[in-house]
Amino acid sequence: MGQSLFHKVWDAHAVRTLPSGQTQLFIGLHLVHEVTSPQAFDMLRERGLTIAYPERTFATVDHIVPTSDVARPFADEMAEDMMVAIEENAQQFGLSFFGLDDERQGIVHVIGPELGLTQPGMTIACGDSHTSTHGAYGAIAFGIGTSQVRDVLATQCLAMDPLKVRRIEVSGTLGNGVYAKDVILNIIRNLGVKGGTGYAYEYAGSAIEAMDMEARMSVCNMSIEGGARAGYVNPDQTTYDYLQGRTYAPSGEAFDRAVSWWRSMASDADADYDDVYHLDGSALEPTVTWGITPGQALFVSEKVPALTDLPDDERDVAAEAYDYMDLKPGTAISGMPIDVAFVGSCTNSRISDLREAARVVEGHKVANSVKALVVPGSKSVLKTAESEGLHHIFEDAGFEWRGAGCSMCLAMNPDKLQGREVCASSSNRNFKGRQGSPTGRTLLMSPAMVAAAAIAGEVIDVRAM
Amino acid sequence: MNSSVIQYVEGRAIPVRGNDIDTDRIIPARYLRAITFDGLGEHAFEDDRKSNPDHPFDDPRYQGASILIANDNFGCGSSREHAPQALMRWGICAIVGESFAEIFLGNCTAMGVPCLTASTADIVKIQDAIEADPQREMAVDLKEKKMTFGDIEVDLQIAEGNRLQLIEGAWDATGMLLEGRGAVREVADKLPYVTGF
Ligand code: SF4
Repeated sequence: MGQSLFHKVWDAHAVRTLPSGQTQLFIGLHLVHEVTSPQAFDMLRERGLTIAYPERTFATVDHIVPTSDVARPFADEMAEDMMVAIEENAQQFGLSFFGLDDERQGIVHVIGPELGLTQPGMTIACGDSHTSTHGAYGAIAFGIGTSQVRDVLATQCLAMDPLKVRRIEVSGTLGNGVYAKDVILNIIRNLGVKGGTGYAYEYAGSAIEAMDMEARMSVCNMSIEGGARAGYVNPDQTTYDYLQGRTYAPSGEAFDRAVSWWRSMASDADADYDDVYHLDGSALEPTVTWGITPGQALFVSEKVPALTDLPDDERDVAAEAYDYMDLKPGTAISGMPIDVAFVGSCTNSRISDLREAARVVEGHKVANSVKALVVPGSKSVLKTAESEGLHHIFEDAGFEWRGAGCSMCLAMNPDKLQGREVCASSSNRNFKGRQGSPTGRTLLMSPAMVAAAAIAGEVIDVRAM
Repeated sequence: MNSSVIQYVEGRAIPVRGNDIDTDRIIPARYLRAITFDGLGEHAFEDDRKSNPDHPFDDPRYQGASILIANDNFGCGSSREHAPQALMRWGICAIVGESFAEIFLGNCTAMGVPCLTASTADIVKIQDAIEADPQREMAVDLKEKKMTFGDIEVDLQIAEGNRLQLIEGAWDATGMLLEGRGAVREVADKLPYVTGF
């Protein structure tokens, strides 16, 4: 029996078995942002600890960054305090830091790959649940909490139990207007929001292999919404081509040696899996969430399900969702009016996402009733988009063109929903209150679908545009 | 005995019903705009409490409770440790539920807050019993993996690694991980990406 990438990477990074039976696991790359780190640095100071491998930690700012006015000090004093804290911590502990005035700043999960920091065969940790994104490169990447951030800073290790591995084979070819976002929303819909608990998801099959790296990131990004702490795609030529020439990727002969090591870390053809799941990619339609968990998703042609259509254990949450979303069972999701359209977040704010949204928007106007914004995931994405003139397409249509950051994905910066607003969003969470209003409503969908909804003023099948 | 040893938690209990309660609900993101965890306790479940005046966290009968009884997939979503920190600072010392999201469970363990699971039927039975008698004390025994409430006794599950960390007082992993320093260097030096390929 061969081995999966997960087990190969795990074995290569296992330091020893701890008295608890857990594994002490070496972490190859540690990413840090301003929200989950200040308390960890304080704990180091309190205990008189230093950073074990400072060259393996990189920090940036994304969650609290305003996307329109970044003049310092920030209007929000608490955000300013957090900014100062990470600047001082990075300086005091000697960490690489991509701050607001650095060209490399952006959402932590966008810049890691973009800079070539994220590489196949690595273990990657970050105090952020969407660290799973980096698995697109064939890394084992997972989110941790602040106490574990402290552990990684102090020791470059975590105490962990291994995960099981579920291979998810997405066969066929995605239809026109169907994207990586639709693939992952359907995986979560079918396997459930906790279906992945205890597992790493290995995404494979022709539909995944055909994806570019950015699309693979969108899939891996939302592994955690399906309960899987990590998700990955085996590295292939698409991966190596993406990495070649990136700032932190190996170059010259070292690159060739790297490729042979990366290849050796991919799952063997006869690898053993704890579970295998198939999804027919050709059968998918553009998909939209209607409720308050990412698993409450529908094809755009479908209607909000009745309680009797749902398994017993999903009914309570469905009832809560009808109430919160003010939707009745049997209502078509297509035609649901929206107030806000948001293209952004670590799921869908990369250049390919912006290009797809711009293609839909070009020559149209945002509906009068809709406030629409596009927030590139990093300064680098922003620059590329501007060099292609995408910002003009968006602005001509009536979108606001913003600076890089997490923005309206979560309620930690000035971009927030108001009251009961409904937002068509390319982000990853439709939880109650997630976008900043305790009663605000989120419909998750692909960037192209968000663009279409912005123009129509309601949920609409992008294929009809 | 080492003061971090957690073998037994005793106290009054508080049921918070509902599946898939995410960490954005446990502590809304606006309270993450801070550089310490201080003061998070009073904001635990804030938006849920505003929209539901009968929320157990506001119910006088449950004030002072220390064992939270949750349902399925508790703590899903964001990895924010602020969520278990808010619960702990409100007074919660242990959580028993049908199931937990993984990152949340890891955070709780790293803070010395045990998370244990029980069957759906047992959880519902216990939640009903607590509502009927909120003043009664509950006991959660990590050594025996049992919970008792009056004459109800329920079997609990917990991953053995986590259980040992807690009952041996080794849930704060930093010290233990530091001891492996030499072995860590050896592993690092064998990784091609560490040595520059
Ligand atoms: S974009 Fe959203 S999900 Fe991604 S890191 Fe930022 S806040 Fe988290």
